[in-house]
Amino acid sequence: MLIKSANASDVKSSEITPKSLFDARRQFLRTAAIAGVGFAAGSIAPPAFARTGRGKKLAGVQPTKWTQDSLGEDLTDYESITSYNNFYEFGTGKQDPALYAKDFQPKPWSVVVDGEVDNPGTYSYEDLIKPHKLEERVYRFRCVEAWSMVIPWVGLPLADLVKRLGPKNDAKYVAFETLNDPERMSGQRRQVLEWPYREGLRMDEAMNPLTLMAVGLYGEELPSQNGAPIRLVVPWKYGFKSIKSIVRISFTKDQPPTSWNMAGAREYGFYSNVNPGKNHPRWSQAKERRIGEFLKRPTLSFNGYEEDVAALYTGMDLNKFY
Amino acid sequence: MTQDKLIRRVLKPVVWVLCLGPLGGLAWLAYSGGLTANPIEFLNRYLGEWALKFVIFALAITPLRGLTGWAGLTRFRRLLGLFAFFYVVLHLSSYVGLDQYFDWNAIWLDITKRTYITVGMVAAVILLALAVTSTKGMIKRIGGKNWNRLHKLVYLAAAAGCLHFFMMRKGVQLEPLMYGGAVLLLLGYRLVGYLKKRRRKSRLAVA
Ligand code: HEM
Repeated sequence: MLIKSANASDVKSSEITPKSLFDARRQFLRTAAIAGVGFAAGSIAPPAFARTGRGKKLAGVQPTKWTQDSLGEDLTDYESITSYNNFYEFGTGKQDPALYAKDFQPKPWSVVVDGEVDNPGTYSYEDLIKPHKLEERVYRFRCVEAWSMVIPWVGLPLADLVKRLGPKNDAKYVAFETLNDPERMSGQRRQVLEWPYREGLRMDEAMNPLTLMAVGLYGEELPSQNGAPIRLVVPWKYGFKSIKSIVRISFTKDQPPTSWNMAGAREYGFYSNVNPGKNHPRWSQAKERRIGEFLKRPTLSFNGYEEDVAALYTGMDLNKFY
Repeated sequence: MTQDKLIRRVLKPVVWVLCLGPLGGLAWLAYSGGLTANPIEFLNRYLGEWALKFVIFALAITPLRGLTGWAGLTRFRRLLGLFAFFYVVLHLSSYVGLDQYFDWNAIWLDITKRTYITVGMVAAVILLALAVTSTKGMIKRIGGKNWNRLHKLVYLAAAAGCLHFFMMRKGVQLEPLMYGGAVLLLLGYRLVGYLKKRRRKSRLAVA
């Protein structure tokens, strides 16, 4: 699927999952429920969720080489991407973000840029994004909990943004922070994690062409539960590295603290590259369940992006720097 | 109607049906599209949580009897305990048959390597032992005193179930703590009773 114009981006998810198949799956689930049978070979897809209105179309989105065709895997349907989320700022249940982010107004939004950088300051969302062309990129998304999706993101390469902001020579890392506002993010009223949520990348990881600042998906503005209005997408790392609803970008000399690493260093490293050979202490990472499929599929090294990123880590023991 | 008849003919069937309620709820969720985009994960967690709830219900009988003074409550304890085991079996089946799809190698690695699964296994084995020793014949064969002693293991199963839950979730989440709190409360009640009894006994011994 190429998105060439605002018009062409008007893709209904029923076109991605053919309606007949969709209905058939729904029927299957009904039958299964009534018969009390919970499984069958084949795929179990989610039934239709009440669609709470889709976001605004994004204009002028450019196609890239990262398309569904080049990936050769089915897109995850819009409903699943926007109703099954880990975004603890809105609660720890998978359905909580869709539920509790409903009234979250992401705009107006501003982002603080600070640290070792030539152009520090507070940027409005528009000022941050405007100078850049938006692109569509279809990426695999692999959660550390061993489930995965394929998502058509819209965004801009982080490298372009970083270049514009002008990191100084001694900037070795880029650190990010999520909004910390318990009034608007109800999940932050409890200390599940130490808020604000923090993430970071090494400068060369940030500059890798794969790394994306996403502002949309399926050709439309990001829904709040997916990290509106602007989030990171690092497709070769576990999902929690792809920090959502960013309000701060800092350029640092030292490796910045990151939230899950602070919560449990033994389980979540700074790098957190997708690695089927390195198990999470509590579960295997060898396989993953693609949302919408029944059987697990093998997890790919660097989530299938080994060719593009393995060079970043030559000479590093990935069992030690997990 | 005598109390015995009331319990046997009315209350027990009602409680039975209520105990099957979670399965009805599941059917409804499946029908109405409430199983999330990852129905297998949802199902597994749903069944695990209900297993733990029933362990807690069974543990709540003794304190409730103490508080209400109604001895008839004890008649429901075995039923609740067996339903706890029933949901554990379903939880386990969904793990083996759906989540792992009979990948015995992966299952073995899980049980031996992942502490939270090992802990869940301990709880499951205890509940199995308690379930098979709960028929009238078995109770007679073992003898009331030994049976009581054996079934004290339910405290361990409850604690292990809570630990399993707490360890499985990422970060410090609220739900496992709530279940843990409930179990602590129920065990605390028994501890207080035990301490009171001992004090009384030692006072008697002095006198
Ligand atoms: C061999 C025994 C057991 C195995 C293999 C097992 C397996 C699992 C697995 C794999 C999960 C995680 C599901 C996920 O990641 O989404 C889980 C969660 C859970 N299990 Fe078990 N389990 C066992 C025994 C038990 C027992 C005996 C109980 C209760 C008495 C129990 C209660 C729970 C609960 C409450 C959860 C968490 C549900 C949630 O997160 O909402 N499990 N179990």
